[in-house]
Amino acid sequence: MTQTQAYFAPVFADDGATTVRERSGERQAPGNRSVAGSAAGSDSATQSRGDSATPGSEQSEHEAKLLVRNLNFHYGKFQALKDISMTVPANRVTAFIGPSGCGKSTLLRCFNRIHDLYPGLKTEGELLLDGQNVLDRRVDVNLLRARIGMVFQKPTPFPMSVYDNIAFGVKLYERLSRREMDERVEWALKKAALWGEVKDKLRQSGQALSGGQQQRLCIARTIAVRPEVILLDEPTSALDPISTGYIEDLINELKRDYTIVIVTHNMQQAARVSDITAFMYLGELIECDATDTIFTHPAHRQTEDYITGRYG
Amino acid sequence: MNPVYQRRRRLNRFVMVLCLSAALFGIAWLLMILVSLLIEGLPALSPSVFFERTRMSDGGLGNAILGSLVMTALATAGGSIVGIAAGTWLAEYGGRSHLANTIRFINDVLLSAPSIIIGLYIYAIIVLPMGHFSGWAGAASLMVLIIPVVIRSTEDMLLLVPGTLREAASALGAHRWWVVIRVCYTGARAGIITGILLGCARISGETAPLLFTALNSNQWVFNLNSEMPNLPMVLYQNMTINSFIPAKVELAWTGALILTAAVLILNILARVISARKG
Repeated sequence: MTQTQAYFAPVFADDGATTVRERSGERQAPGNRSVAGSAAGSDSATQSRGDSATPGSEQSEHEAKLLVRNLNFHYGKFQALKDISMTVPANRVTAFIGPSGCGKSTLLRCFNRIHDLYPGLKTEGELLLDGQNVLDRRVDVNLLRARIGMVFQKPTPFPMSVYDNIAFGVKLYERLSRREMDERVEWALKKAALWGEVKDKLRQSGQALSGGQQQRLCIARTIAVRPEVILLDEPTSALDPISTGYIEDLINELKRDYTIVIVTHNMQQAARVSDITAFMYLGELIECDATDTIFTHPAHRQTEDYITGRYG
Repeated sequence: MNPVYQRRRRLNRFVMVLCLSAALFGIAWLLMILVSLLIEGLPALSPSVFFERTRMSDGGLGNAILGSLVMTALATAGGSIVGIAAGTWLAEYGGRSHLANTIRFINDVLLSAPSIIIGLYIYAIIVLPMGHFSGWAGAASLMVLIIPVVIRSTEDMLLLVPGTLREAASALGAHRWWVVIRVCYTGARAGIITGILLGCARISGETAPLLFTALNSNQWVFNLNSEMPNLPMVLYQNMTINSFIPAKVELAWTGALILTAAVLILNILARVISARKG
């Protein structure tokens, strides 16, 4: 943890980001991690997590972990996201729902700038993580991605052992002793509810596990880096109901420590696991509110039509 | 029975017979080569073949085998480094860019270039300026032959690694080069090694490029700066200009057997490695 934070510190001490932070300051809930704090302390991340869990804090006032402002995204000439603005509160599960091609995955992939891997894609607007615009060119994407982990639709275990799959990400930012690494691997696997099934197979290939186990391995791998936000891109669409159940329980478990954003095609899943639901349609954010409200009293006709199954 | 179905069955059987005979035709040649190599080559095979150098009369093939091994190993090592680097660039960084497409095209041309032309090229740029034939020149010409094979197989194998794995590794905060080394190479390792082994098998029997570069020698040579003895050239000389000496011809058959066995072993090894991957 200590080292991870130390790595981030210079990024956030960046001058260019200050202006953005000041402008966004008014919307930031108190207790948000300060720039100085992150540079100085190893506990700042835990600190901010602790703060956000202050009893009595209402959902609407909940600390904004991610703030999206006027986000536009283009695949070449095609505009996939149109002027999206929304808030992702800390330590809550936010779900994106909407028909195929509505841009929910695209939006999710903006959060960790995974779009940067491909040429010809253009992101405009602001995306603030703890008040800092992550779309700023000066932000180091690798450091950003260590703070915002991602799990993909299809399980993506690396062609190496279960142990190495988890150690891969940890080794990128931390120098741990053999014993510390063993502990970290065990911790991550336990957190992902996979330890019992693989503790005797740590040296076996991660690709030899079942689909559900592979996906939990990917979640463990993401947690092991100790990110602040976890992005889940349809994490259960390739899994059977039992594995899906495991992963949904896991999401409920994880939201105590992490901010979670999940894209799902399954509306029951959104209703089960999320606190906030955002409905998207044709690249626009139609409505974003508490999950209960969205599923019982949606403000927009389109949302109601979608959740009652009138399209797609 | 339904006449349409019957006609289809007859056609199926007919084409099946054609396919089988085509396969048998191909395999028959290979078997004939192997059998004649065994018949002609085995009688002269003895330990002394490996330990004695080539002489005007009698002698073995030891120096030629060593020379071939050294040059092939050098060429394979050098060619693998260059080939893997180039193939990696093409697959991971070059993409569909103009430069990458140009390199791909040139590589395809090089892949099918006659090996004697490669030999002449090295003769012109290394042998002539140095003023003498050398093992270095021989290794260089073999390297030019193996590079396109390695480039091609490296690129193809890296492209087989799913893009989602690259995304997943990047999403953990890994730099591009580390993703390639740690994830892509691990995924493509078996295929890349197979490509190198097949390339190695291909160059180990090349004669034409060595004719212009390493030439040949009857001595044990440990200095790559001088002419290097090598198996393919000994075969060529024994079977042509020395063909009036029966012992020489017999030795050439044995050399051919050794060479074929080596290539066969490399191929089988490549098969085993690529099969284990799946």
